[in-house]
Amino acid sequence: MFKEIKKFLLNQPDEGVDKVPEETRREFLKIGLIITGVFAGGSIFSVVSKVAEGLATPEELHKSYPYKPHYSMVFKMDKCIDCERCVEACRATNNVPEYGWRTKILEIYDEKALDQKRIFMPILCNHCNNPPCVRACPTRATIKDPQTGIVKMVSYKCIGCKTCMVACPYNARYFNEEKRAIDKCDFCWETRLSKGEKLTACAAACPAGVRIFGDLSNPASEVYQIVHQLGKPVWTLKPETGAKPNVFYTMG
Amino acid sequence: MKKKNPEATTEMIFSQTWMNALLEFLSGTKAFYLIIVLGILIILFGAFFGVNAIYKGYRHVYGVYREIPWGILISGYVFFVVTSTGLCIVSSIGHVFGVKSFIPIAKRSVYLSVVTILAGFMIIFFDVENPFRMAIWNALSPNPTSNIWWMGTLYGAYLVFMTLEFILLLLEKHRYAMLAGLLGLISGVAAHSNLGAVFGMLHGREFWYGPYMPIYFIASAAASGCTAIIFFTYLGYKITNEKMDKAMELSLQAVGKIWALCLAILMFFTAWKFITGFAGGEGKVLAQMELIKGKYVVNFWFFEIFLGLLAPFFLLLISGFRNLNQMFVASLLAFIGIFFMRVDLVVLGQVVSHFFEYKVTDYPVILSYSPTIYEIMPVMAAISFAFVAFLIGEKVFKGHKTEIH
Repeated sequence: MFKEIKKFLLNQPDEGVDKVPEETRREFLKIGLIITGVFAGGSIFSVVSKVAEGLATPEELHKSYPYKPHYSMVFKMDKCIDCERCVEACRATNNVPEYGWRTKILEIYDEKALDQKRIFMPILCNHCNNPPCVRACPTRATIKDPQTGIVKMVSYKCIGCKTCMVACPYNARYFNEEKRAIDKCDFCWETRLSKGEKLTACAAACPAGVRIFGDLSNPASEVYQIVHQLGKPVWTLKPETGAKPNVFYTMG
Repeated sequence: MKKKNPEATTEMIFSQTWMNALLEFLSGTKAFYLIIVLGILIILFGAFFGVNAIYKGYRHVYGVYREIPWGILISGYVFFVVTSTGLCIVSSIGHVFGVKSFIPIAKRSVYLSVVTILAGFMIIFFDVENPFRMAIWNALSPNPTSNIWWMGTLYGAYLVFMTLEFILLLLEKHRYAMLAGLLGLISGVAAHSNLGAVFGMLHGREFWYGPYMPIYFIASAAASGCTAIIFFTYLGYKITNEKMDKAMELSLQAVGKIWALCLAILMFFTAWKFITGFAGGEGKVLAQMELIKGKYVVNFWFFEIFLGLLAPFFLLLISGFRNLNQMFVASLLAFIGIFFMRVDLVVLGQVVSHFFEYKVTDYPVILSYSPTIYEIMPVMAAISFAFVAFLIGEKVFKGHKTEIH
């Protein structure tokens, strides 16, 4: 019986897409992007909560970015060679002890992959727009900076209950014994950005151009340009948690 | 205290009560003191491990780590505060809502709910890294969106209300006691559902996320409360070798019936949690598979399901809610089962690795956790504390007798 159904389905005539006018195709694509959130369009629209309106022009979009500058990072994943200079630079700049990390490079390995078997995936705090850690902290020892959107620590308020560690979908937090507080990536706010530097230590140290750091609301920044295009897929990690991260991934 | 002196002032009754309590304590048998000393030694021994851990740094001696930051200490805390809230809920049926048959168990339950919440706080003291900062910043920098904040604050209020209620019950100020009991019940239920929400509102953790946790915690508390009442009341009468009067017997039967109902509700909850979980995201399925046929298979099937739910339920049915010996055995088994239930609840929410869906080689799909002696000992200390406090309570308050007016 099922064979018949299969045959029926396979024998359906191909309607073809070559006769659809260009404009309709583009419209359709846009809807798809907005709904699925698979590509940059989807993630970005959801970041600024404009999904329903389906705004597509960047001008309208970036007006509604909640932060200025809206700090963000994009990883060109396939360019990463796991040299770990970013990790070392981060350690040196931010005094990260050997038992902890603020950024890390994960290795993805697939024995059955048809091309390369291995690719590297750098991770750090995603500075989410809807950060589970900030909501969960009982004493507001971790906050979402109202100006830059950076998720920061107010170390002296930290009671060390570790709820934020459990809450974080990205494993971005650890307890720092020396500080007696949870420690995490702050996009080098304390050590570099607040002192006038334009890049985080990891982005500055990367020799392969993997880590692109900048202002997601500024059309002149590379981050903006990578994220606001449809040609190449851009994605975030674990979008299903609804945390709305500001760290994006793409291929070089 | 049996005869009320109309001219006695509250202060007089108060000082008399404590005097009597002290005299009672001094009149114990050798065995009593031996057990108390033994219990205190265990408490000191556990505290020694805990203080040692503070000195060395938790990272060096505890089994928890970055990926699984909550372990057996949080489970122990949950175990005790669930029991405390449960004692408050079940005993409130009598002394707050006025159901006569539940009145005889009231005093002991209120006393034990104070004891168990203190035991819970004792454990959490050794889990939180900066417990002294907690008191300061909880008040000065509150975060109203945080369930932990609500839980801590409401449990603080709960402790005050329940202590007040117990004192008022001793002073026979029943109207005020009832009011304190009602406030205790409200803050306790609110605090406890917030504890459920601490887990249930973590949207990065599939195993916990959803409205199930706060609801389950309240149902589970009621079951734990019944367990504790039957366990401790039976023991209280066994150690003094006293015969239970009819009213107390009827009261325990009523508690037994409520307990059976709670167990049935929990079985229903658990079944549906698993069935819906298997239709859900992969993270949840992985965690559930760990319980059903992974590393936690014994914890789940033997301790959680058999000892925690099925065995007590059927023992209760066999006892016909009349055979107290059988009901006591049921409560003993349930207590052991419930402890494992809490461990599984806390640990399983964290075992699925953060990036499992990306096939990363840096972490296994399922992470593992095993507690160290430094984590186990503070829990043992808290258990010992609860037991010692129970014994002293039986002694100084003479079996928590209540007259029915």
